[in-house]
Amino acid sequence: MNKPMKTLTNGLLRENPTFGLVLGMCPTLATTTSAINGMSMGLATLFVLVCSNVVISLLRNLIPDKVHIPAYIVVIASFVTMVQLLMQAYVPAIYETLGLFIPLIVVNCIVLGRAEAFAAKNNVGLSALDGLGMGLGFTLSLTVLGAIRELLGSGMCFGMPVFPEQYGMLIFVLAPGAFIALAYLMAGVNKLRKRMDA
Amino acid sequence: MKRLESNLKNMSLSLTIVALAAAALLGGLYVLTEEPIARQKAEKQQKAITSVLPATEGIEIAEPEMVDGMTLYKAYAGGEFAGAAVQAEENGFGGKFKVMVGFDKDGNIVNYEVLEHQETPGLGDHMVSWFKTDKGNQSVIGRSPATANFTVGKDGGDVDAITAATISSRAFLKAVCHAYEAYADQQADAESGATALSEAAEIAETADITAGEDAAGNETSSESNNETPVQS
Repeated sequence: MNKPMKTLTNGLLRENPTFGLVLGMCPTLATTTSAINGMSMGLATLFVLVCSNVVISLLRNLIPDKVHIPAYIVVIASFVTMVQLLMQAYVPAIYETLGLFIPLIVVNCIVLGRAEAFAAKNNVGLSALDGLGMGLGFTLSLTVLGAIRELLGSGMCFGMPVFPEQYGMLIFVLAPGAFIALAYLMAGVNKLRKRMDA
Repeated sequence: MKRLESNLKNMSLSLTIVALAAAALLGGLYVLTEEPIARQKAEKQQKAITSVLPATEGIEIAEPEMVDGMTLYKAYAGGEFAGAAVQAEENGFGGKFKVMVGFDKDGNIVNYEVLEHQETPGLGDHMVSWFKTDKGNQSVIGRSPATANFTVGKDGGDVDAITAATISSRAFLKAVCHAYEAYADQQADAESGATALSEAAEIAETADITAGEDAAGNETSSESNNETPVQS
């Protein structure tokens, strides 16, 4: 596989932010009460990841080593604030459910982690692809986790009723269910990865 | 190009430039989104108000008034008072929640809308629709806190609480009662205010009605007529 392709698919499975790197657990567990919420959080993070990776890659030689962390944080925080303002203005319904977690993207380890580990060492194109891959991986895991919790907890899939709500296991919508679902998913993904490597 | 050296000049320059650029960008975007954000908020508020008021043709909503720390929106249809929407706030199970309650001109609840809440998903958050669902005694629509006991069944009231969320239910009913108090206060004020403006003959007429209501169905006599100007 050529390098750009490898960079892009890296985040999807091998180094999937949620199941491989186990980064950004706070938004993962807190926002995945439904598939839509998980997906919106993933997409917001994807946007921030791509933008911050590109800008940091552009600035990588202009920022001295000793001050790179504060500079990166300023760049990331700006993009997060932009997402917040834009969501508030144009998709208020999603903003309402995710409102609290949007500012937390700033301290999501994935964003700073990719800036440090990838964007600071690679050119703009590759950094954008890395951000895209990682963001897609994150979105995918959050959507799957959200869908499972929503289905088991309230009997719906993307807001569409599948079976009557009273047969749902409420625990899956609450915090403990998030850990249980995440653990089973992680075990499954790890098994899959081992088989692929072998 | 080699990475810049970490000396004082480079460090302060690069940080300053990054921070200034970020500030300029954010400032610009803030100005751009300020108007749509304000519009969204106003629209949401407006939608909530109209959805809880009687669906009469040509209804007009007056400017908001503050009553007992709650915001009250009066509605008029063809110049006549048609009802009011009251925005109340109460402490629920997961923090403060806001609810917009609409009353018709007789004080019966037309509808309500939960504007903001942090109740437990799957339990307390059922309040969004629970008290609208016509099942057993759980609906508050069409009832009035003046005639029904607006507490949960467990406390001897007339309303069925949300299953496994008694605290949220209690808080919700408390909010509705507060909203009703504000509505009732406002009604009394409005009637006395109207009499102050109108002709002497009308004063007597309105006073009759007010006195009649106050005395719970007592016959209005010339005596009560004499008392009412003191009230207003």
